[in-house]
Amino acid sequence: MDKNLLTPDKVDIKEALRQNVVVLIFVFLTFGGVLLSDLPFYFMVTELVSRISRNSFLVLSLIIPIMAGVGLNFGIVVGAMAGQMALIFITYQGWGGTGGLLIAVALSTPLAILFGYFTGVLFNKTKGQEMIAGLIVGFFANGLYQFIFLFVMGKVIPLKDTPMLKPDGIGLRNTISMGSKHGEGIKYAFDYIFRVNIWWLVIGTAAVIMVVKVLANRRKKFRTPFLTLVPYILMILVSLVITFTPGLRLLANIKAPGVTWLIIIALCIFNVVIIKTKLGQDFRAIGQSQHISSVAGINVDRTRLIAVVMSTVLAAWGQIIFLQNVGTMNTYGSHMQVGMFAIASILIGGASVSNANIRHAILGVILFHSVFIVSPTAGKTLFGDAQIGEFFRAFVVYGVIGVSLGLHAWKTATAKKKV
Amino acid sequence: METVIQKIGLPRLIITALFLFVLVLGGILGMPMISFISDIIKRMGMYGILVLAMVPSIQSGTGPNFALPIGILTGLLGIVISLEIGLVGMAGFLGAVGFALPFAILVGFFYGKLLNMVKGAEMTIATYTGFAVVQFMCIMWIVLPFQSGTMKWALGKGLRNTFPLDNTFGLILNNFMAFSIGNLHIPTGLLLVFFGTCFAVWLFTKSKTGTEILAGGMNPRFAIASGVNIDRNRIIANILSTVLGAFGIIVYSQSFGFVQLYTAPLMMAFPAVAAVLIGGATAQRARVSHVIIGVVLFQGLLAVSLPVANQLVPEGNLSEIIRMVVQNGIILYALTKVNDNGRN
Repeated sequence: MDKNLLTPDKVDIKEALRQNVVVLIFVFLTFGGVLLSDLPFYFMVTELVSRISRNSFLVLSLIIPIMAGVGLNFGIVVGAMAGQMALIFITYQGWGGTGGLLIAVALSTPLAILFGYFTGVLFNKTKGQEMIAGLIVGFFANGLYQFIFLFVMGKVIPLKDTPMLKPDGIGLRNTISMGSKHGEGIKYAFDYIFRVNIWWLVIGTAAVIMVVKVLANRRKKFRTPFLTLVPYILMILVSLVITFTPGLRLLANIKAPGVTWLIIIALCIFNVVIIKTKLGQDFRAIGQSQHISSVAGINVDRTRLIAVVMSTVLAAWGQIIFLQNVGTMNTYGSHMQVGMFAIASILIGGASVSNANIRHAILGVILFHSVFIVSPTAGKTLFGDAQIGEFFRAFVVYGVIGVSLGLHAWKTATAKKKV
Repeated sequence: METVIQKIGLPRLIITALFLFVLVLGGILGMPMISFISDIIKRMGMYGILVLAMVPSIQSGTGPNFALPIGILTGLLGIVISLEIGLVGMAGFLGAVGFALPFAILVGFFYGKLLNMVKGAEMTIATYTGFAVVQFMCIMWIVLPFQSGTMKWALGKGLRNTFPLDNTFGLILNNFMAFSIGNLHIPTGLLLVFFGTCFAVWLFTKSKTGTEILAGGMNPRFAIASGVNIDRNRIIANILSTVLGAFGIIVYSQSFGFVQLYTAPLMMAFPAVAAVLIGGATAQRARVSHVIIGVVLFQGLLAVSLPVANQLVPEGNLSEIIRMVVQNGIILYALTKVNDNGRN
């Protein structure tokens, strides 16, 4: 994964800085924002933990298509729609709790496979333009989605009288409440099964990652350079300090949703394990060169299709995880931002159109949402107007996508010229 | 039969059929046809120049100008400056165009340079560049020190989201030599400006530079071999496209009677792209005639489907849904054809 950092003789600081320039800019922005905004630190951390918990899964769903050379899958919006359709159904039936949520996950899967299949076929027909196609496919699908839920529901398909329905009896309301506290509807149905202390979670995860890294390197008869372990050691130290400093009792007691984190970790492991399989190797091969892969006997279109379907299914589940935390569905809006935010996150974490891994995804979520939390208040401190901070945040989302895509296209174009 | 469909193009055929169907449906429902036609004519002039902005960029090979919001923003800046210094009437309109022009040329130049650096991925990057610039200008509308009372919020900082043009240059083109035959309103000035601009762009495509741009877009290698400076031509074409975007939004605003700032331009590129594609253009080939046909069909469909859909189903926003499906469906269709037409 992070090859250029792992090999001992290649820890080139300059190269590492150049590669992580986007990350560094956002680390800087985050620190600046935290200093400028007058939000209490405790509030920021709690908010950040809940945002990381509910968004990471969606961002991780982007990795497989990037590996397979499809690029940033803007089509995850369609997967999010599948998740919402399933949630609307169980809310209509009045099914709640963890059981209800699992039914939603099960129902969303075939829907997402179907949607992902169509998206994948479209991506195969628009090779080289997948990203603009993915964006437009989201808009297009949104038209159909609105047709179903604003018009068909209640008019063509009769519904029983529910609070979801608009007063005139046709179409669903703009917002659907799926519970306002734990135990009601599906609110926190995964999050509150059990909760763990965030700092112990960080310590545990960092320790496991370190052990796995060292062991994996040892098996290849390879010494792990100390520098690659520094971030994890720092994480453990900071967590320990916060846990055992008496004045930070409030901060030390912040809890994270256990099951949600288990699900996220499971997806991380899945993303690592799949690379070792035949399918994963095919993904990487077509990501490198479609032409060579097809000569080598890989069915390129079919493999790309599988990658997109997988990503779409994961996005559907991701949206369900997201909404069980939020508890309120913006029927016609919750899905539209999903693609942009997830893609901006992974890019901020250091990914590019052709290269993404778990570290990029998680780091990106942390940085993106830190900036997200602090920018309105930072804008208020700087310019006396919270709205400027909000516009700045939207500017960052679009800007980072534009710049990353631009840099990638520019590199590809210059590489082509050199050959 | 096969060739007829190919010649007209499947999407154009479907949209025409849909348009006629809605029109006939409106007739059966006893709705006022004449006012429909007035509305279609007005919308053609209102949106036409924004659609026309697609022609130079498609011809130069950079694809539809998904970064149209950039041009639109320079136009809005022109309007705001013109109103700020207190110009009204025709002077206000011409002032807006005059102030917008240098910005549009400058920005179009850099935008063209950017597109030359990212060949092959122009459309996605154009879209996000446009989005980012819109958000940047959102900050600017708050920060820039404009003072005019009609444009500023009474309380708080910055310019209003929307402000009326009725005391300055609203409807100035629409009312110029306008006349009515019964209920049919003809906004003569608006139509003159639209067709005049179309004619000017058509003349440009026939000029030496225009022909070179067309050649470079159709077959870059051949054009380079014949000594055409493709990169320079792509920049010229995108400057022209940006200028048309700026001019287009000024004409649009005077016809609408209001100026919309902040996030209003964010999604404005997509209807314009859809219209030129419906008119028969592809991502690599476009003519001025495609603009006129496309804007009549697409805006006509929208103009007619709104009242007809409301008559049939008062609940729900069916015409908006039709717009989303038609607009984005046609863009997707065009994207699937990008690889078929030669370049890959």
